Amino acid sequence: MKVKTQHNRRSFLKVSAAAGGGLVLGFSWLAGCSPAESEIAEEVARQMPENWFDINGFLKIGDNGLVTIMSPNPEIGQNVKTSMPMIVAEELDVAWEDVIVEQAGLDTEIFTRQLAGGSQSIRFGWPGLRRAGAAARHLLVAATAEKWQVPLEELTTENGIITHAATGQTIGYGEIASAAAGIEVPEEIALKEPADFKIIGQGKKNVDGRKITTGEPLFGIDVQREGMLTAMIIHPPAFGMKLKTYDATTVSSMPGISKVFTINADKEGVEKQWSDTNAFPELIAIVGETTWQVMKAKKALQVEWEQDTPPESSPELQQALVALMETTPKEAARKDGDPTGAFAGAAQVVEATYTAPFLAHNTMEPMNFFAHVTADHAELEGPIQTPEFLRPTVAALVGLPEDKVSIMMTRMGGGFGRRLYGNFGVEAALISKEMNAPVKLLYTREDDMTQGTYRPDYRVTYRAALNEDNELIGFHVRGSGTDGSPVFANRFPAGAVDNYLAENLEKSSNISTGAWRAPRSNFIAGAEQAFLDEVAEAAGKDPIEFRLELFDRAIAKPVGEKNDYEADRYAGVLKLVKEKAGWGTERPGVHRGVAAYYCHNSYVAQVVDVVMENDRPKVDKVWCAVDCGIVVNPEGAINQIEGGIIDGIGHAMYSAITFENGKPQQSNFDKYRLIRHAEAPREIEVFFVENGIDPTGLGEPSLPPVIGALANALAKATGERLYHQPFEFNPQEVLG
Amino acid sequence: MPNYSLRINGQVHEVEVAEDTPVLWVLRDHIKLLGTKYGCGIGQCGACTIHLDGLAMRSCSVPISAVGSQKITTIEGLSEKGNHPVQQAWIEHDVPQCGYCQAGQIMNAAALLADTPSPSDKEIAARMNGNICRCGTYTRIQKAIKTAAEKMS
Ligand code: FES
Ligand code: FES
Repeated sequence: MKVKTQHNRRSFLKVSAAAGGGLVLGFSWLAGCSPAESEIAEEVARQMPENWFDINGFLKIGDNGLVTIMSPNPEIGQNVKTSMPMIVAEELDVAWEDVIVEQAGLDTEIFTRQLAGGSQSIRFGWPGLRRAGAAARHLLVAATAEKWQVPLEELTTENGIITHAATGQTIGYGEIASAAAGIEVPEEIALKEPADFKIIGQGKKNVDGRKITTGEPLFGIDVQREGMLTAMIIHPPAFGMKLKTYDATTVSSMPGISKVFTINADKEGVEKQWSDTNAFPELIAIVGETTWQVMKAKKALQVEWEQDTPPESSPELQQALVALMETTPKEAARKDGDPTGAFAGAAQVVEATYTAPFLAHNTMEPMNFFAHVTADHAELEGPIQTPEFLRPTVAALVGLPEDKVSIMMTRMGGGFGRRLYGNFGVEAALISKEMNAPVKLLYTREDDMTQGTYRPDYRVTYRAALNEDNELIGFHVRGSGTDGSPVFANRFPAGAVDNYLAENLEKSSNISTGAWRAPRSNFIAGAEQAFLDEVAEAAGKDPIEFRLELFDRAIAKPVGEKNDYEADRYAGVLKLVKEKAGWGTERPGVHRGVAAYYCHNSYVAQVVDVVMENDRPKVDKVWCAVDCGIVVNPEGAINQIEGGIIDGIGHAMYSAITFENGKPQQSNFDKYRLIRHAEAPREIEVFFVENGIDPTGLGEPSLPPVIGALANALAKATGERLYHQPFEFNPQEVLG
Repeated sequence: MPNYSLRINGQVHEVEVAEDTPVLWVLRDHIKLLGTKYGCGIGQCGACTIHLDGLAMRSCSVPISAVGSQKITTIEGLSEKGNHPVQQAWIEHDVPQCGYCQAGQIMNAAALLADTPSPSDKEIAARMNGNICRCGTYTRIQKAIKTAAEKMS
């Protein structure tokens, strides 16, 4: 396959001396070894090259054949720091054992879309990463052809060695790298055929695995600088409140405290981007020497708050959604056929309403950021999913041109969407500017959990019309939520039902919301898949057969044109999980539920097995079939899928943020319940559909459907259908 | 401020800090041992787990004044070459996702195996229940502990 290179032809080769030579462990190699081998691996630490040849910004080749590949995108635990460089290494044709991976900083000249969001890093990164590797390989091969005076086509590569079979000559990438300087990048470049992949499709261990397990500093919270101060913020205790006044005298004399002041992320003339949503732009900043000193001052500070907008409480928030759902939106989000007629003539109508509460992201590493703002430069470093968006906001607020703001991404202790909104980076910059010193801002867990940017509360009502032959002839979904409806009008079962109506209703609130792992899908998939289970039951059909009939319909004679899924791939994962889980064979004491969903460009179907333990349901096993096209790194992919499943089960079962007069009632893990070890499934088994389709992401797609499969299994286990998350306690009761 | 002489990972460190300072922040801010993590500060998540005389403790909830002559071991000191059987098993099972909770998980698992060399599934679940993994690596942790137990036997 040939593709356009899209590389400009500027001189690409930069030579940099490796600082002091020295030894380096082939981390990826070490990580890939069995434990017995890793003992040996420690003995054979590699010599660092004397010179690195910077080939095209994506990679450097050392004079001894070691290769450094830059990982362009932010790493939030989705494992792109391993999988993206694997794609470059594949096309470069080097041995993975010779690769060192480095995190790139924000560099929009070399990289595009340095963003972690929407499970899109691999999907969008795929072509560019392949081109970068292939282009570098071409330069090395072309330089060799010139050196040996042989036709380029006669040269082959393998594991970083170039061979001319006819003459038996070989040369390593490291030896020819310096000569690649004179070679121009051609307009077109050949890519490997997927059948020839040697790295892609092989399970490679996390490149940071060794550093993580030995406690090396990797995260934003670990950033250190000479003379660095520690900062914390105080935000209003409730949504709808703002700062009235505070008395700094009580704390400014406390040990280690340097300064107490206010910062404001709202500034006249500075336009807000989507990533700048923030319920509390004005904050108190406390700066001092050590974390504990600042924490103590933060507790001691006397602050008065005042009401700004009306306070909201959970029961009323829920009632507001109930009332909203009684209204009919002016326009349908999608309408096919004659839904009213279909329901009027139905032999049977099934109806159900589902709800879910606000959720906090609760990344394990609380929000933090390092900033050092001086008169002519701002250096930022920390955990951020959207460095490209943080930069212009910081530049505008500290009054520097964008090219004077540098951002380095650290490994992140989780993202889940929270770090798309970089207010903490902005705050760190404002605090550093005021202090004229390097500063690390850290949120306490309480700051983090009560600051907002929540997954919105949702409510959705489904109605299904069945005819006398138990065929689905009408489908109606009406959804609502804070800051938007969770309904995707063009997703399944749109396209599989003649008479279809989707409606969206939106409520606003002073509680701030944001994208939370698989936005909207994280609720609507569970509701929809639980509802379809109920419809299948009413129709007297097996839940998998019922869904497959609908997919057959959508394949044979799709209704409408905008259907946002491929029915055959959807059916494919469902058939795969059906086969693997042995669906239909009863096992005593095992209660099963099924679900399938398509979001973020990948297809997932799951069977959840629930057993009763001490009269309480427990997820025993989850079977999961996935179609995400080519699987770049199966080891990491399976880990992501498992994580999404456990995340989905956990939040559906246990988690909620509730409010009293605008104040979040959960501010730490004593009240906000997250799934724990003993509640996790005993086993998760993952199966991939094998095909050659370009890869799509996995950070999100396994989460949404598992909530439906879980609800359906719980219904089997307990005889009771659950409509309100979290399932373990009924929020209505708790709030009422 | 009082002065403390601490035995950490086989070395003696002198620090001058307020007596109510949690060991977590002494390690991170004063000794610059950054592997031990802050997750909740109230003993609920286990991210800050260290060993005090071999027992797993939440360093966010132990004031420095309570340490005395007890030996502190952090993730950095669990093994000399990063090759404690638990660390090896973690790599073998590719446990970490974001990795932030894992130092705490490993320290707790190592303490568990030190007193219960071949734990049952139930024992593992009970002992590891205090360590939250927001990324959901629990099934891998379970397997890795079993593997580590085998290595150690
Ligand atoms: S930080 Fe110590 S238990 Fe959470
Ligand atoms: S690996 Fe991310 S919190 Fe455990």
